[in-house]
Amino acid sequence: MIEANNLTKTFKDKKRGVVRAVDDVSFRCEPGKIYGLLGANGAGKTTTLRILATLLKPTEGSAVVAGHDVVSAGSKVRAQVGFLAASTALYGRLTAREMVTYFGQLNGMPDGQIKARLKQLADELDMHDFLDRRCDKFSTGMKQKTSIARTVVHDPEVMIFDEPTLGLDVMTARAIVRFVRDCRDRGKTVIYSSHVMSEIEKLCDKIGIIHDGKLVAEGTLSQLSERYGETDMEEIFVKAVGGEAALLAAAEKQA
Amino acid sequence: MMNWNAICTVYFKELKDSLRDKRTLITTIVIPTLVIPILMFGAGFVMTKVITKAKNETSSMMILGGEDSPKLVEAFKSNEDFRVVETTEDFKDKISNKEIRVAVDIPAGFEATLAAGEVPDVKIYHYQGEMKSSMGRGQVSGFLVDYRADLVEVAFKERGLPLSLAKPFVVVSENVAPPEKVGGNAIGGFVPYIIVILCFTGAMYPAMDLTAGEKERGTMETLLCSPLDRVNIVMGKFLMTFTASVATMILSLTTLGISAMVAAKVLGGSAAGAGGAAGAGGSGAGAVLIDPMGLVGVFAMILPVAVLFSALLLTVSLFAKSFKEAQSYVSPGMIIIIVPAMLGMLPGIDLNLSTVFVPILNLSLVCKEMLSGVWNWEYIALIFTSSGVYAAIALWLCVKMFNREDVIFRA
Repeated sequence: MIEANNLTKTFKDKKRGVVRAVDDVSFRCEPGKIYGLLGANGAGKTTTLRILATLLKPTEGSAVVAGHDVVSAGSKVRAQVGFLAASTALYGRLTAREMVTYFGQLNGMPDGQIKARLKQLADELDMHDFLDRRCDKFSTGMKQKTSIARTVVHDPEVMIFDEPTLGLDVMTARAIVRFVRDCRDRGKTVIYSSHVMSEIEKLCDKIGIIHDGKLVAEGTLSQLSERYGETDMEEIFVKAVGGEAALLAAAEKQA
Repeated sequence: MMNWNAICTVYFKELKDSLRDKRTLITTIVIPTLVIPILMFGAGFVMTKVITKAKNETSSMMILGGEDSPKLVEAFKSNEDFRVVETTEDFKDKISNKEIRVAVDIPAGFEATLAAGEVPDVKIYHYQGEMKSSMGRGQVSGFLVDYRADLVEVAFKERGLPLSLAKPFVVVSENVAPPEKVGGNAIGGFVPYIIVILCFTGAMYPAMDLTAGEKERGTMETLLCSPLDRVNIVMGKFLMTFTASVATMILSLTTLGISAMVAAKVLGGSAAGAGGAAGAGGSGAGAVLIDPMGLVGVFAMILPVAVLFSALLLTVSLFAKSFKEAQSYVSPGMIIIIVPAMLGMLPGIDLNLSTVFVPILNLSLVCKEMLSGVWNWEYIALIFTSSGVYAAIALWLCVKMFNREDVIFRA
């Protein structure tokens, strides 16, 4: 379960002054459901997810993840969260086995449990061929599989995906999407951010559209479709954020 | 909260990771153990060779005038140390161009003037700062002094006077300093200087790799997702940097000591020069002795400084977004630490209540004392404590930096 209440995050920027990267955002993600966070680049998706993963502290508001407060119980939250982002890389000089084992240890798992979990993950993700090779020699597919294993080694309740398919080839991206669905089917709480409309449309049970730091619309695909009178996700998105002009203005503000 | 299990997990992973990194291995192991001794040994060897060769070579010289003073000219020509070349007008150019080492100007009527009881000048032309010319000048002037002494002796004999009139007493000097004191003073300033530099360079690469390098490669965010409190991540990384710093120091000192001893054996008696060139290794050259307890003391005193360097380097590098950026922040640090380390080598700067609190300088000064067998326990305690306090502040600052999101996620 994730509950975000009036999350706000401001940054100081030399050129732009105080920037409200996330502005009063509230939402709930239920176990066994995928919550999609849809927004253009720089809309505030990554900042929101980093707050939920306790990498950043909210300036205002609060969030409860897996029953713990993100500000006061950061390490308890992280113990129940698997965070996978395009920006979370692997240690190139470690093998896949060492990488996954290291994160098992960091999560305080005993050696026997890590071994059993690694075997199970390697079976599920078909990693046995490259388990003892160094990550810097991996193809993107192998890297992504190893990253997934790293993310779920401690079997977290909550999964946070920040644009996990960014820059991946079709096959690898499909494998990720399949894995995200698996997580939902196992009853995990999943939040998934992307700027790719089709992915969000296919995958998510509930969609939140974020624009310029604000959550401008929220609902199931059919609810959103009804509200904006469109069936195409892209059209819904553009209407939700206030038209193309608003998108353009936001993009210019960032530059 | 500090958790030693977690710290060890991070530390051993960083250690494994670093040992697989060629660049870290080169800076922490290969350069101190192989390159530095080879360079110093090589430099010492070449220097000794050059000096010996120059000494053994006869001094080429030119005699100006002296046509009416055949005895002196003949004495020069028959001396094996000199090779007298034909006199030319451009003798100054020839000295400048190193074709000859010196020229001696014998004034007209030199021997006749002497016989008349007057005091003529004999002038030596040389090129100051040029090694061979200086050697030639020394040889010629030594020869002339001896020649003059002979003349005095002859004159005294002719007049039936005792020689003791010209030399009523003899001056002798004797060294009362114990050998380790000589060693301490001669290289006492140099050892801490080189150790401070090694301590810094050893920590430099891992500090940048474990912070800015990780940010650049995207593994920092992965690591921060783990449930560990950041203080444990910092401590693990800090211990790795500290290990590299200490390892570099131990390896370099060991190999320097060994190569200096080898140099002393191979180069024989002339090794004093080579030993000096081999820096800290001079201790093993046999020419000077160093109190081994002094070395232990130096090592103990450098430990808090290694903590200080490791923590500061981590703090500064963490601010950088990339390895390259970190390098540009860290490199000037080298100059900053060299200055106080060098000041400690200067004569006249001693430990007192104001220098005792200056980091690095106090280390340099106390090491000089310890290496020459002086154990000023009050100062030692003050310096160890103050270095410890500086180190603790640096470490605290480092943890603080790791908790600042604008530093960790600096875009």
